Amino acid sequence: MIFATYAMPRLSEPGAEETFAPPGPSDFELAPLGPSSEYELFGQVFPLGATKPMIQVVLAAAVVFVFFWAAARRRSMVPSRLQYVGETSYGFVRNSLGRDIIGSQDFMRFVPYLFALFFFILINNWFATIPFIQFPTMSRSGMVYGLAILSWLVYNAVGVKKHGLGGYLKLQTVPGGMKGPILLLLVPLEFMSNILVRPFTLALRLFANMFAGHLLLILFALGGEYLLLEGSTLVKPVGVIAWIMFILIAFLEILIQFLQAYVFVLLNAMYISGALSEEH
Amino acid sequence: MEGSLNMVGYGLAAIGPGVGVGLIFAAYIQGVARQPEAQGRLQTIAILGFALAEALAIIGIALAFVL
Repeated sequence: MIFATYAMPRLSEPGAEETFAPPGPSDFELAPLGPSSEYELFGQVFPLGATKPMIQVVLAAAVVFVFFWAAARRRSMVPSRLQYVGETSYGFVRNSLGRDIIGSQDFMRFVPYLFALFFFILINNWFATIPFIQFPTMSRSGMVYGLAILSWLVYNAVGVKKHGLGGYLKLQTVPGGMKGPILLLLVPLEFMSNILVRPFTLALRLFANMFAGHLLLILFALGGEYLLLEGSTLVKPVGVIAWIMFILIAFLEILIQFLQAYVFVLLNAMYISGALSEEH
Repeated sequence: MEGSLNMVGYGLAAIGPGVGVGLIFAAYIQGVARQPEAQGRLQTIAILGFALAEALAIIGIALAFVL
């Protein structure tokens, strides 16, 4: 493989028929269906008509709702297969994400939120693998920031309701009852890290994982095709290897999509549990 | 020298998370080796630690393309 790269012609030399344009963020902007007119709001230009990620978001919500409604419709003591799958999935979120993280006292209040969030993000992520859709909706950062703002509101509201505003801020910024002049350094740092930065890291982790994964797949597909068609004979096997890597990384992406949905909801549960915790 | 400074920056930025993820899983393997019954409990913590450490590397590659 290393030998092949020495033999590979520089892809931008003027002798090549067309230069290879590497994929970039512009590959993530999909044209809207529907009327092509635009309107302006707050200085930004929006097109009328739905883009593919917009349709996917609605589709994911509908799929999650219909699946679990159908699974819970006829409840029998000996469950049918659909009911069993629905119960196992619900039990997974309720136990390992709700009860184990938030504690067995008041975790049931948050299970609907965590459960809906987990399956919504999971189906949206898996859209990147499902044929004919093949676009992760969470690679559009606007989608993710909405979820992150919602999660920020939830864990802050829960903390303020339990401890009051002053008590909640004290809980988040002063760790473990420390006293003295070190607080001058610690309090702004903890405030920034616990209250200001958390929604950004939460959003950026999910967005960047989906963006980078999809970009990698596009790169392998387009690069492999370019090497196969435009490369010299010595280089053509590298194109085939690039396509094999494309298939293997697509399988890795299935795992990463599940993992990122799990980590998003896990961190949500941990922030809620941190906001609810008593003084040390 | 041609090329993009973005990618050099990403390459340098990926050193830290690479070492970090290695440390996390080294600790996980040692913990499971000492006490195999703890595998389930430790796995949750390992996955959480992996995602947190990997986040910086992923932010690096995403911003290397976007900016």
